[in-house]
Amino acid sequence: MAIKQLTVFVENKQGAVGSITETLSKKNINLRALSIAETQDFGILRLIVDDVETAGKLLSEEGFLTKITEVVGVKIGDAPGKLAGALKVLGENKINMEYLYAFMARTEKHAYVVIRVEDNNKAETALESAGYHIITDADIAKLCANS
Amino acid sequence: MAQNYYQKEIETMSAEEMRKLQSEKLVKQVKHVYENVAYYRNLMDEKGVKPEDIKGIEDLHKLPFLTKADLRDAYPYGLLAKPLSDCVRIQSTSGTTGRRVVAFYTQNDIDLWEDCCARAVVAAGGTNEDVCQVAYGYGLFTGGAGLNGGSHKVGCLTLPMSSGNTERQIQFMMDLNATILCCTPSYAAYIGETLKEQGYKPEDIPLKAGIFGAEPWTEEMRHGIEEVLGIKAYDIYGLTETTGPGVAFECSEQTGMHINEDHFYAEIIDPDTGEVLPEGSKGELVFTSLDKEAFPLLRYRTRDICVLTREKCSCGRTLVKMAKPMGRTDDMLIIRGVNVFPSQIETVLLNEGYQPNYQIVVDRVKNTDTFEVNVEMLPEQFTDKVGDILAMEKSLANAMKTMLGINPSVHLVAPKSITRSEGKAVRVIDKRKLV
Repeated sequence: MAIKQLTVFVENKQGAVGSITETLSKKNINLRALSIAETQDFGILRLIVDDVETAGKLLSEEGFLTKITEVVGVKIGDAPGKLAGALKVLGENKINMEYLYAFMARTEKHAYVVIRVEDNNKAETALESAGYHIITDADIAKLCANS
Repeated sequence: MAQNYYQKEIETMSAEEMRKLQSEKLVKQVKHVYENVAYYRNLMDEKGVKPEDIKGIEDLHKLPFLTKADLRDAYPYGLLAKPLSDCVRIQSTSGTTGRRVVAFYTQNDIDLWEDCCARAVVAAGGTNEDVCQVAYGYGLFTGGAGLNGGSHKVGCLTLPMSSGNTERQIQFMMDLNATILCCTPSYAAYIGETLKEQGYKPEDIPLKAGIFGAEPWTEEMRHGIEEVLGIKAYDIYGLTETTGPGVAFECSEQTGMHINEDHFYAEIIDPDTGEVLPEGSKGELVFTSLDKEAFPLLRYRTRDICVLTREKCSCGRTLVKMAKPMGRTDDMLIIRGVNVFPSQIETVLLNEGYQPNYQIVVDRVKNTDTFEVNVEMLPEQFTDKVGDILAMEKSLANAMKTMLGINPSVHLVAPKSITRSEGKAVRVIDKRKLV
């Protein structure tokens, strides 16, 4: 059920992220969420897009190093304390997070959190048992279309 | 396996006969140089050596050395030993480390050179049944012209591809069933990577042998190329100053390169004192041309560090063998006081499961040398976790520290992002201004 994240290696060069987004925009790839983890020398760009396979292929053809990673997407209420609640569930189940980032949908009163853990199934089961809605690639496509 | 030779009599000549032949040729060559090259005549006069003092190979050590600096000083005509009307060709070095070196050839010089390359092609198993794809650069660079000529002499169907345009290389290779590939080892590895990416297995590739040279490469790199292309990879050595590729070539035994010593006499010297070292010693390789007309060089210091051996070779050739150069006296980097050879970095990368696609960047910041090694990551090594990539960098840096004794800062970069010019990878960028 996990959603597919496009991961791109970004060398620390001027305009690198710009050229990635430009490549995607030319083929009408819609970005839903984006996060960058950077070090002094390189960055890792993580993208949630409407068509992950096409986006990955486009960037590879441009010479970028890419990888598709499965991550957990959770729908949470757009109110104080809602993220803390979801993370508490993971903590109680002893699930370690590698990283997370969040995005909003313009037409809904919800936020979405993308979470990278070692065991997607375990995290999804824990969150679902606690009443959270886990989102799918189809949900992402819908969210992209609405905005 | 039956052995083939291009010039059997020379290639299997006894040591005594060879020395006699070399001595006869040397006496003539020294006389030719002294009479026609004022630059070298002055060097001999300064040392008090006359052509009559050179009666054979045993007197060679009396002659002065030539260095790359002499070739630059004498540019362009200072070492020319024939009138230009007798010359038919020039070839030139890339000039990346300073002024270009221009070498001149008469028709006899071209024939001699092409014979040397033909010996290399035959030693790699080449016959007139073969299709030989020459993917060295054509033009001023000696690689293309030399192997093209050698391939013709053997009677191979020659594909004069020149370097670059990998898609076209692959198309010709597959459509015309190329059986021998000649290019730089880094370009061979690149063609191999590309074929693999396109889904070709070694058994789908018609090649059976490759003749690779013009840049340093390691045994590990040889195994990688042999595996991905499904071939036997032969080393070839040469330099524009002496003629081009084919000064020495590898045989089926693959344990060093036979020097075409009927044309180029090799010595190993101590690079500091200039003293000739006994057989088996490691030192700087020095070549003396024995029968060149237009651009003869006596005791030319190559800056290549290597070892010579006369041990019996299973291929039947008696020509002296040189080990693969272990580095160059001028390529050797001194970083924080430690000698670093790029080949050491390459060995570490291959041991650690990386491709030898790397670039060393040295600089000096606040009087301290900085030492960075950029390494191309394999697509399957890439992960979405920063920590994993940092850990891979750290582990590579540790392995390099163990090998070199100093700690580099290792940066993983995207595949194919390190500059390749003319198929020849730029391995070292030294930004230090120490003079």
